[in-house]
Amino acid sequence: MSFPLLTATAALPAVGAIATAAVPAAKRTAAKWLALLFSLATLVLAITVLVRFDPDGDRYQLTESHAWIADFGVRYELGVDGIGVALIALTALLIPFIILAGWHDADPLETGSKRWRPTQGFFALILAVEAMVIISFEATDVFLFYIFFEAMLIPMYFLIGGFGDHAHEHGEKAAATQRSYAAVKFLLYNLVGGLIMLAAVIGLYVVAGSFSLTEIAAARASGSLDMATSTERWLFLGFFFAFAVKAPLWPLHTWLPNAMQESTAPVAVLITAVVDKVGTFAMLRFCLQLFPEASKWATPAILVLALISIIYGALLAVGQRDIKRLVAYASISHFGFIIMGIFAMTSQGQSGATLYMVNHGISTAALMLVAGFLISRRGSRLIADYGGVQKVAPVLAGTFLIGGLATLSLPGLAPFVSEFLVLVGTFTRYPVIGIIATFGIVLAALYTLVLYQRTMTGPVKPAVAKMPDLRVRELVVVAPLVVLLIFLGVYPKPVTQIIDPAVQQTMSDVHKKDPQPEVEAAK
Amino acid sequence: MSASAVHSLWTTAADPITKIDAPKFEYGQLAPTLIVVGAAILGILVEAFVSRKSRYYVQMFVSVVALAAAFAAVVALAADGYGTTKARIAAMGAIAVDGPALFLQGTILLAALVGLFTFAERRLDPEAHGNRVDSFAAQAASVPGSDSEKAAVKAGFTTTEVFPLLLFAVAGMLVFPAANDLLTLFVALEVLSLPLYLLCALARRKRLMSQEAAVKYFLLGAFASAFTLFGIALLYGYAGSMSYATIAQVVDGTVQDVNPALAGTMGNDALLLVGAALVVMGLLFKVGAVPFHMWTPDVYQGAPTPVTGFMAAATKVAAFGALLRLLYVVLPGLRWDWRPVMWAVAIVTMLGGAIVAITQTDIKRLLAYSSIAHAGFILAGVIATTPDGVSSVLFYLAAYSFVTIGAFAVVTLVRDAGGEATHLSKWAGLGRRSPLVAAVFAVFLLAFAGIPLTSGFAGKFAVFKAAAQGGAVPLVVIGVISSAIAAFFYIRVIVLMFFSEPRPEGPTVAVPSPLTMTAIGLGVVVTLVLGVAPQYFLDLAGQAGVFVR
Repeated sequence: MSFPLLTATAALPAVGAIATAAVPAAKRTAAKWLALLFSLATLVLAITVLVRFDPDGDRYQLTESHAWIADFGVRYELGVDGIGVALIALTALLIPFIILAGWHDADPLETGSKRWRPTQGFFALILAVEAMVIISFEATDVFLFYIFFEAMLIPMYFLIGGFGDHAHEHGEKAAATQRSYAAVKFLLYNLVGGLIMLAAVIGLYVVAGSFSLTEIAAARASGSLDMATSTERWLFLGFFFAFAVKAPLWPLHTWLPNAMQESTAPVAVLITAVVDKVGTFAMLRFCLQLFPEASKWATPAILVLALISIIYGALLAVGQRDIKRLVAYASISHFGFIIMGIFAMTSQGQSGATLYMVNHGISTAALMLVAGFLISRRGSRLIADYGGVQKVAPVLAGTFLIGGLATLSLPGLAPFVSEFLVLVGTFTRYPVIGIIATFGIVLAALYTLVLYQRTMTGPVKPAVAKMPDLRVRELVVVAPLVVLLIFLGVYPKPVTQIIDPAVQQTMSDVHKKDPQPEVEAAK
Repeated sequence: MSASAVHSLWTTAADPITKIDAPKFEYGQLAPTLIVVGAAILGILVEAFVSRKSRYYVQMFVSVVALAAAFAAVVALAADGYGTTKARIAAMGAIAVDGPALFLQGTILLAALVGLFTFAERRLDPEAHGNRVDSFAAQAASVPGSDSEKAAVKAGFTTTEVFPLLLFAVAGMLVFPAANDLLTLFVALEVLSLPLYLLCALARRKRLMSQEAAVKYFLLGAFASAFTLFGIALLYGYAGSMSYATIAQVVDGTVQDVNPALAGTMGNDALLLVGAALVVMGLLFKVGAVPFHMWTPDVYQGAPTPVTGFMAAATKVAAFGALLRLLYVVLPGLRWDWRPVMWAVAIVTMLGGAIVAITQTDIKRLLAYSSIAHAGFILAGVIATTPDGVSSVLFYLAAYSFVTIGAFAVVTLVRDAGGEATHLSKWAGLGRRSPLVAAVFAVFLLAFAGIPLTSGFAGKFAVFKAAAQGGAVPLVVIGVISSAIAAFFYIRVIVLMFFSEPRPEGPTVAVPSPLTMTAIGLGVVVTLVLGVAPQYFLDLAGQAGVFVR
């Protein structure tokens, strides 16, 4: 038996979580370093996965399969396709930055507040989330996926509810109340989504008699497993609902602004750049493969919802007073693009959507983490409290601008490529929707540039005047992200060549071919 | 022959008196029950003859040894194949020795053993006049607040009768799911209920509330028993027999020899339907299903917490066992009649328990309503009427009972000056003051909520899967919805514990003796093991899923 690389990649952060949690209370700094070490080791494993993965090889590679709960027909089955590899790499890449950025977020407050902020717990929870996210990207057994899809909520819940900025206009107590509200809202939305998916998971087993994605997909493709149209549609809706809550898609998005606003910036990045990706990833992997016909049936409705997400998220972002809330609504708009790309059912659209997941992860991480550094300096999340920061802290302002420009998909930065692909892919099949979606980009320019203008330019506000520029630790976090944004903007091929074969296979699952370009004959 | 011929001139020969066989008892196969009953009787003798000082230790020794020996006997029987190939009816047709019976008996015995540890806990309450005290009244007969009560406390009395009472209740519970005729069922019901009524009244603190709970439980329980008994009479009128097998044959129409005394009523479907409904009602009362659940919150709240935990776990196991046997062995021929009714009961139980639980402010009442909701989930598995349905219910019961005992054991730890602090507001910020206890309780709550990687999820998945395969898809959907509702109030408690500011005068967490620690520790271990690697236990439940008839 070969070395179980996928299991190791998921298990290492889990071991790290336990080890970090076990560090004695006084050795706070040691716990941080330990967590960072484990996240870096996981990154090494993830890179190994990336290297060992052969884009032109089998669909699922590095597979592992063991008996687990025979009574439920559940097997411990892992395997990655190009999409999974890309997202595992993204996750493993972002976690060290998240840990570094949150280095002091869970430190005890020396004076005043007696709040209980165990540092060890904070970093252990981040690693636990990483482990669960990675195994969700690897699972090819529906039940196995479901278990970690749901279990992930618990550490996330404690991260949101237990740790927050102590920046709040109404003081510490109000902050705690709002944080707890946000955590509960997050949990309830996702739990309800998950439980509805549970009904569909059970239904799938009753219909298919197996949980193995590869088996069911093969049986569907060969026609040996026939589902009644209505059954397939109900099951599809059950799965899609859970993923749409997680992604989040309008109108199931309202937990995200609360959760991102109340949590610390690194946790906000963890939510939107890492955990939410599981939702869009699962749409590609489970909805399309298991229920191809129902996916096609639902496409028009989903595209309209995605379109609403794009425009609505962008419009609300324009109107926000709170920096983190603004980024949250911007993310909702971006998730609209990703879902639109997935369900446009063209290879450009799906490649673009997968690339978008990666790029959105990096660009949001850059923007949000810099925003977090900014907020921690001034102690306020309100846009109106800032002004003229670029004169005081030029490096901070500069990186913030690059993150912002990436968010609005400036050509030359990574998100541009993916957004362009999604729009092209959508336009070839659904021109009207593609055209309307383009307005999302215009609005993105508006909210990003207005945000920059209000916070960074203009006269220097007194409260900002003594603001220090980025420290070394913060630079270590931001610089690689910025470099990646530029690199992937100019040369996205390393990612696309991994993704493309997987996208082609998904396309063939749903029996869709790209529409052929029509050339009008010259008269 | 010759004698009758001589007198035949002026006498007619009466039928020869049928020889009454000497009852034959398979002592080996009945060993688990017999051991527990014997130990209970021994416990009474101990009460009478052993000095007050050493009673506690002797009683505890007797009870632990008895429960462990009975469990060993169950394991030995199961290993001998009585659960599968050698399943049989013992004790003149009164007791079934088969898979479900042995599985449930094993579960009840383990739950009782763990429950016993919480009964015997003597370090939580502050010492009274230099004596260590447990959760039970110093002297049950003394009027609350009276001088005699004070004198009893001062003299250091303790109610060591709780140990034999527990054993009698366990004996009843062991027979209940194994009863193979209606009369045995009724006797077992009473044997398990009466000690529980008493135990409920024995709280050391808040005695009036405890006694009120006991009276409520007793009155409602007596009503339910009366209904059951009336149902049994009607069923006897219908079938001419108390035996499960015979009734089932009459229901199926395969019995020809009509009992002449009952010729007028036998086979009358009205008797069957009304009788079956009444008996099932009595069992649903014990299970705590809506609309027979009214006693649950009051009794759970008022009873001493160790009793509540034991009762919530073991009674439910026994009663569901009896319900399963009744529905699967006696009334399968009637399932087109009872399934719609049970559907309705399951739906209102799931939704009712989950919705009403949201408004609760007392942790014990909250857990009571949660137990109602769980009864609904288990009923969904009962309705499946497939072998998978039986095994999923067995698994769920085993998983649920350990979570329940553990959760109630944690409740006994959180105390303020007035004893246990059960009001939810007092639990605020517990996670900051005692992270370990709060984390353990959170694990139990997550298991109740059915979060993956806990036993609650495996159990819920098993029953819902069985229900879906049995064609009850709408039931599964409603089950999932009520799980979501239920999750809300479990999460609320977690929020309270971890994210609320602790109150300055809030409760403290008492450090228990190894007894309660064992109970809680076992609860956590079983919860996680059944959540992560349930296969072995699912196999066990799967093998045990066939009733003998």
